[in-house]
Amino acid sequence: MIDPEIAARAIRLALARGATDAECTISEGEEFTASVRMRSLETIKDAGSRGAGLRVLLGKQVGSSYTSDLSAEGMRKLVESALEIAAISTEDPHAGLPDASELGSLSTGLQLYSEDINSIDTSYRIAQALEAEEAALSADPRITNSEGASFESVTGERLFANSRGFTGSYRQSSCSLVATPVAREGDSMERDYWYSTARSHATLESPSSIGRKAAERTVRRLGARKVSTQKVPVVFDPLTARSLLGEIFEAVEGTAVYQKASFLAGKLGQRVAAESVTVVDDGTIPGLFGTAPFDDEGVPTRRTVVIDRGVLRSYLLNTYTARKLGLRTTGSAARGITGNARVGHGNLYLEKGGKSPEEIVRGICKGLYVTELIGSGVNIVTGDYSRGATGLWIENGEFAYPVSEITIASNLPRMLMEIEAIGSDLEFRGSVASPTLMIREMTVSGQ
Amino acid sequence: MSLSDSFFGQKFGVTEQDLQSYLSEALSAGGDYADLYFEYLSTSSLSIDESIVKSAVQGVSLGVGVRVISGARTGYAYSDDLSAEKIRRAARVAACIAKGPSKVDKTGFEESKKRNLYPVLKASNETSLSERVELVKTADRAARACDPRVFQVQASYVDSLRQVLVANSDGILSFDRQPMARLGVTVLAREGEGTPQRGYSGGGGRVALDFFQVEKTPVYFAREATRQAIVQLDAVPAPAGEMTVVLGPGWPGILLHEAVGHGLEADFNRKKVSAFSDRMGELVASPLCTVIDDGTIQNRRGSLNVDDEGVPTQQNVLIEKGVLRGYLYDKLSSRLLRSGTTGNGRRESYQHIPMPRMTNTFMLAGESDPADIIRSTPRGLYCANFGGGQVDITSGNFVFSASESYLIEDGRITRPVRGATLVGNGPEALKYVSMVGNDLMLDEGVGICGKEGQSVPVGVGIPTLKIDRMTVGGTAE
Repeated sequence: MIDPEIAARAIRLALARGATDAECTISEGEEFTASVRMRSLETIKDAGSRGAGLRVLLGKQVGSSYTSDLSAEGMRKLVESALEIAAISTEDPHAGLPDASELGSLSTGLQLYSEDINSIDTSYRIAQALEAEEAALSADPRITNSEGASFESVTGERLFANSRGFTGSYRQSSCSLVATPVAREGDSMERDYWYSTARSHATLESPSSIGRKAAERTVRRLGARKVSTQKVPVVFDPLTARSLLGEIFEAVEGTAVYQKASFLAGKLGQRVAAESVTVVDDGTIPGLFGTAPFDDEGVPTRRTVVIDRGVLRSYLLNTYTARKLGLRTTGSAARGITGNARVGHGNLYLEKGGKSPEEIVRGICKGLYVTELIGSGVNIVTGDYSRGATGLWIENGEFAYPVSEITIASNLPRMLMEIEAIGSDLEFRGSVASPTLMIREMTVSGQ
Repeated sequence: MSLSDSFFGQKFGVTEQDLQSYLSEALSAGGDYADLYFEYLSTSSLSIDESIVKSAVQGVSLGVGVRVISGARTGYAYSDDLSAEKIRRAARVAACIAKGPSKVDKTGFEESKKRNLYPVLKASNETSLSERVELVKTADRAARACDPRVFQVQASYVDSLRQVLVANSDGILSFDRQPMARLGVTVLAREGEGTPQRGYSGGGGRVALDFFQVEKTPVYFAREATRQAIVQLDAVPAPAGEMTVVLGPGWPGILLHEAVGHGLEADFNRKKVSAFSDRMGELVASPLCTVIDDGTIQNRRGSLNVDDEGVPTQQNVLIEKGVLRGYLYDKLSSRLLRSGTTGNGRRESYQHIPMPRMTNTFMLAGESDPADIIRSTPRGLYCANFGGGQVDITSGNFVFSASESYLIEDGRITRPVRGATLVGNGPEALKYVSMVGNDLMLDEGVGICGKEGQSVPVGVGIPTLKIDRMTVGGTAE
């Protein structure tokens, strides 16, 4: 357990040295990884670390500091360092901690920590990874190699306190199991992966199922072709659709909005997406990865409807960006130990639709089903979108053959308006989730 | 330098006996090799937005990583506390990977080869904050003064000083003091109420503050960022499909990093999961192409006196006149493949296990005049600047995203086009290189390479390069 007195002392010291306000975050974590490859153990990593971050205000000037040294001496230096750097920053009329009335914490019962992760021993973890890899290797004769499989777990605690009287802490746990097989047929070599991640190891997908799915995803990529350049409907599977939710987040987070560096800046209340599109950010759902009792400024998390049936209803804001925009915080403050206050999200998802993924594909005469996107070709300022894609070609409602070495391109404002179908397959594999979705038309660039 | 004069000797009283005892503990359950990586990292970051210095952060992190190698197995643990008790505990955890008697009997240390590729007397991290904050303020003023269409400017300055001590069971001891600094400027410009466009420019390296005061000033980066944003105001949609692509010199060298660099890292090749596996000696590029990875270039962002396993960096030829010549090794890969080391074992921090990584990756200059390269192209795309890139090393497919490019029409650079991703296949793409310019340039020093969750600074470079066939992912009809 983190001693709250360490944070309290740092805050008191900062105030005594002239700070008008201060807030302190302390985190403590343990990580474990067991990786296997080609049926033998390859790596064990097992360690823990701690860190403290401090933000101080000198009136309207802000400074932050961090340290990995939580001794009295280390914490004293942390305070001095924050004060020193605050002194060279510029007065900012909007700077400051949340108002006292905004502070608070959700009650317990969020199921963020599961004790069972500490109760499983190393040999069991290795066995899980071996079993997942074995399931992948034995699933298909074309699986001839492997990048391995690994079992990882992370447990940790986070404590936050500020000079307005807030102190809160919570513990979290997570574990994951991933397999990455390699398949070969003729000159074609491909890899893909599948994984499961959960707060408790009891709710992880079984190793054999992970291995089998990883093998299936890998084998279906073999013999990929490059299609000719054309405009077609594009279906994003849940993993790749998730990245679109990520782009929406980048466009609605307060910093990009007040800087007018987002294609959604100034669009509150306007129609920005197809009517079937509802995007929600909810930090309160028990057991999920984006859940927390309070944000990184001590403001309770909540449910915020970002896009309601196609209409932009809310940005995601921390205290600073809310003040800049004349709005209220949405409890979306995020701060790493080593960074400054940013805007983050809770569980950000696209509400599911009525069609099964199979039905969506069946409705397409000719199009692309995307299973992997690479590269960073998204411009949030203009919405221009161009990324490398891998997937399956759809002909007459069925998967015809795998495709790769192509790009898909359009413009995000247009893509959001052209979301024509949303699947019923919403599932959380992290803090951002989306069901399968289909966009009416994008440029596929190939031969 | 002796250990007692080194940073960790002076500041934390680390002695050779200590190191010896930690390594013995690490090898107490057997194992072929063990090493210790001590790291003390201090960083500061300053940024300006709306002409207000809003964000200012400084901090320190400290720790030691202990690794044990036994055959192809690695055990790893770390501690953020340098007390003997905590380091021994980490060593015992790492030791669990091995079984049986240790094959290591070396005692005593000798120092690795000394040199200094970044002779910076006073790291910028050690100079006054007020001098450093002036950099972002100057950049902000300069960008705003450049053009009335500029309406947002953000500038950031980040620097760090990393003190490193590596001791291994082969009896090698190395110390390094690694400065790093980077200045970046982002500008938004718009015409009337039109769509804003962004421009970015930045640079730095293992340099002192005077680099930004004399060589590459905030004004330089501010002007360049503004220029890029203004160019985009007139941009038309990028073309789509296969075409001739001419890459400008410098940062577009990210092509090499994605197309060949990652695929030549020895861990992937040891496992035979790279598109380049088992292709040593084969033609994988046009004979005009010679690709080098060089960790020894003075003051460069990707350079290191010794890598993060204590091995001196060197110049490594990856592709010579189109023929695949070499991989990039860390210690584990070089042990398992019985090859020499290349000084490419790198890690993000003491919390991370080293792996083969690039340093500064570039192509040697050719003989063509860049103007002739453009003139020889009837229709194509000229790419002057890029954002990031990514590669799937198994299929070899890679992408990199152009942020500033122009149409080439009738042998002339004409209209600017909007951002587009370029896609290709590693072992194939460079076979279509038909002209190599005489204008090799390295990038400005902003590269960050990510691999398996670890980020490390890198450099890239190319001369002007003509690629006869590559797929461009625009939207134009």
